[in-house]
Amino acid sequence: MNFQRVSSLVRKDLKKMIRQPATLFLIVLFPVMLTLAFGASFGAIGGTQSATYQIAVVNMESSGPYQQWSQHFVENLTHIELLNIQAFSDNETAQADLIQGKIQAVLVIPGNFGQSCDSFWTAPTNPSLWVNTTLQLHLDSGSMFATQAIPPIIQQVLTATLYGTQPISIPTPIQIGSPSLIQASKTTMFDYMAPGIFAYATIFLTMTVAQSFTEDREKGLLRRINTTPTTPTEFMISQAISNMAAALIQVALVFAMAYLVGYRPYIDVVSFTLAFIIVSIFALCNVGFGLITAAIAKSSGAATGISFIFIMPQMFLGTFVGAALSPSAQVAGKFMPSYYVTDALTSLFLRGAPVSSPTILLDLSVVTIISGISLLLGILLFRKYGKT
Amino acid sequence: MKSPGSLICSWEIGIFKQVIPLSTTLTVSMMSPKEVAITINNLTKRFEDVTAVDGLSLEVEKGELFGLLGPNGAGKTTTINILCGLLKPTSGSVNVGGYDVQKRPDKVKEMIGVCPQDTAVFSYLTGRENVELFANLHAMPREKLKKNTEDLLKKLGLLEEANRHVRKYSGGMRRRTNLIMALVHDPEIAFLDEPTVAMDVQSRHAVWDFIKELKKQNKTVILTTHYMEEAEELCDRVGIIDHGKLIALGAPEQLKSKFRTKNLEEVFIQLTGRKIREEL
Repeated sequence: MNFQRVSSLVRKDLKKMIRQPATLFLIVLFPVMLTLAFGASFGAIGGTQSATYQIAVVNMESSGPYQQWSQHFVENLTHIELLNIQAFSDNETAQADLIQGKIQAVLVIPGNFGQSCDSFWTAPTNPSLWVNTTLQLHLDSGSMFATQAIPPIIQQVLTATLYGTQPISIPTPIQIGSPSLIQASKTTMFDYMAPGIFAYATIFLTMTVAQSFTEDREKGLLRRINTTPTTPTEFMISQAISNMAAALIQVALVFAMAYLVGYRPYIDVVSFTLAFIIVSIFALCNVGFGLITAAIAKSSGAATGISFIFIMPQMFLGTFVGAALSPSAQVAGKFMPSYYVTDALTSLFLRGAPVSSPTILLDLSVVTIISGISLLLGILLFRKYGKT
Repeated sequence: MKSPGSLICSWEIGIFKQVIPLSTTLTVSMMSPKEVAITINNLTKRFEDVTAVDGLSLEVEKGELFGLLGPNGAGKTTTINILCGLLKPTSGSVNVGGYDVQKRPDKVKEMIGVCPQDTAVFSYLTGRENVELFANLHAMPREKLKKNTEDLLKKLGLLEEANRHVRKYSGGMRRRTNLIMALVHDPEIAFLDEPTVAMDVQSRHAVWDFIKELKKQNKTVILTTHYMEEAEELCDRVGIIDHGKLIALGAPEQLKSKFRTKNLEEVFIQLTGRKIREEL
C-alpha cells in the first residue's frame, strides 16, 4: 500500500467536506444545528433550568401504622427538581387532568405501600414474607419524553426510599452500593437524548458517501482514478479514513455543542475515547451502507433517496427516537447498529458505566461485526455493480 | 509496420518490445530496430448485440504520435479504454509498454497517462490541487511533483489561475487542466481522447504545441480526434476506424497520396461514402 496515494485521497475528501456546501451542511452544520435545537428544546440552554414534569400523586395510604413510608416517598419525589408534584385526593380528578394534558403523569400509591416496605425490611432476604404491591403510574402517551424520563426517575426515588440514598431515618441492614442511577435532580430530557444524537448525526454519512461515489462515477472521476496505479484497497482505505475522520469531527462538534447547552455527562478520558472509537466504527458501517446505496443507485439524485432506506430505520428504531416506540418496534430496533451505538453511549454518558462493562463490550462487539459485514458487502457490491 | 508476407520476430528489452521485420536476413542487419510501444492483436469488444471494436490489429512504435480517427461510435474510445485496462476485451489481446494489459494492469498503469474525452476534474479542488492529486496517485517524488506541476501549468497558461477552484474555470480551462492531470507524472505513453474538443482556436493551438513537445521528448501518444486538420498537423500516422474496423492506416501524406485527396476528410468519404462530421 502506498501512503502517498492514500493520504492524497484522504486530503481530497476532507477538502470536499469543507468546500462543498451540501456536504459541509450534512457533516458539520447538521449535527451542530441538531444538537443546539434539541438542547434548546429539551436541555438547559440559556440557564440552568431543567424541564419539569407535572405529576399528580394520589396517596391511598394517608393513615395507618405504616404511613411514614408513603410520606417519605412523596417527600423524596418532591425533592426532584425535574418533577412538580401535586397531591390529589382522588384518582378520578387526577385522571381527568391527565386526559386534559394539564399534567404528564399520575402516580397512585396503594394503601398497602407502607406495609409492603415494612415487610421488606422485616425479612429482607425472605421474599415469601413480603407483601407485594404495585405503584400505578399513568403517563401521557402523547408526550414521548415524559414516557421516557418519568419511569426511571420514579424507580430511582423508590429505590432511594427503600434503601436510602439519604439513609438517616431508615436503618438498612442490606449493604449495597449507591445505585448507579442518574442523579435525576440534575438531569434534563436532553441528557437522555444526547447519546442518540451522536449516532443520529453519523447515520447521515450513508447519504454523503452514496452521493460522493455516484457523483464521482457520473463525472468519470472513478474511472479516471482507475487509470492510475491506485489499487482498490488504497482507494477504499482512503474512504474509510476520511469518513471516520468526518465521524470524529461530528462527535467532537456534537459534544462541544452539547456542552454549551449544559450537557455534563459522567465521563472520564478513557470513556470519552471509547465513545469516539465506537462512533468511528459505526462510521465504517455507514460507509458500507453508502457503498451499497451507490451500487444500486443510477444517479446521485437516486442515491439520496435510496440512502433513506438505511437512514430512516436506523434513525427511528436505533437512536433516542426509538425509545418511545411500541415494544415490537423496540425489538426491531435491536437489528439496527445505531441501537447498539446509542446503548453503549447511554451506558457511558448517562449511567456512568465503566468501559469494561459487559453491556458496553457487547455493544462494541455487535457494532464492530455489523460494520465489518456492511463494509465488506458494500465493497463487493460496488465493485460488481457500481463502477459503471 | 508489418509488411505482407513478412515474419515478425520479437523479444523484450526493458519495457518495450523490439520488432524487426525479417523479410531477409540481409534486411535485418541493415535496418535499425523499431521499438513497439503498443500492440493490438485481433481485438474485439462486444456490448450485448453491438460490436464496438471488430478484429482490430495494429502496432504503435515508441515515440510515435498516432491518431485514431473516425466518427462517433466508431470504437475509438472503447479501444482507448481497453488499452488503459478500464474495459476487458471480448477477444484478442492488447500489449502496452511490453505488458499484457489484462495480465499486468498494474505495470501498464504506472507508465500511462490518460486524458479522458469528457472532462473529469474535481470541481471543489483548485487547478493545482487537481494536478497534484494525480501526481500523488502516481507516487511522484515531491520535488519532481512541484516542478512538473509548475511547468505544465505555465505551458498551458493556467499558472495565474492555478489556485482558483476548478468550478470557477471556463470550459477551455477545465479541458487544459484535464490534459495536465494526464501528463503531470511524465508518462511514457499518453492516451489523449479528443483533448481539444470544444476548445477555442487559441487554446487548441497551445495544446497542439504542447503535444508536439511530447513527441520531441520521444513520448508515445495515441490521439483520438475528429478534427482532420489536427490529425494532419500532429500525427505521424493515423488509423481510420469505422464501425469498429480499421479501414485505413498510414501517414497522413501517404493516405492523401494513395487516395489522391486534399485532406483526410476526403479519404474517409472515399472509403465510406459519408462525412466524418455528419456522424458527430
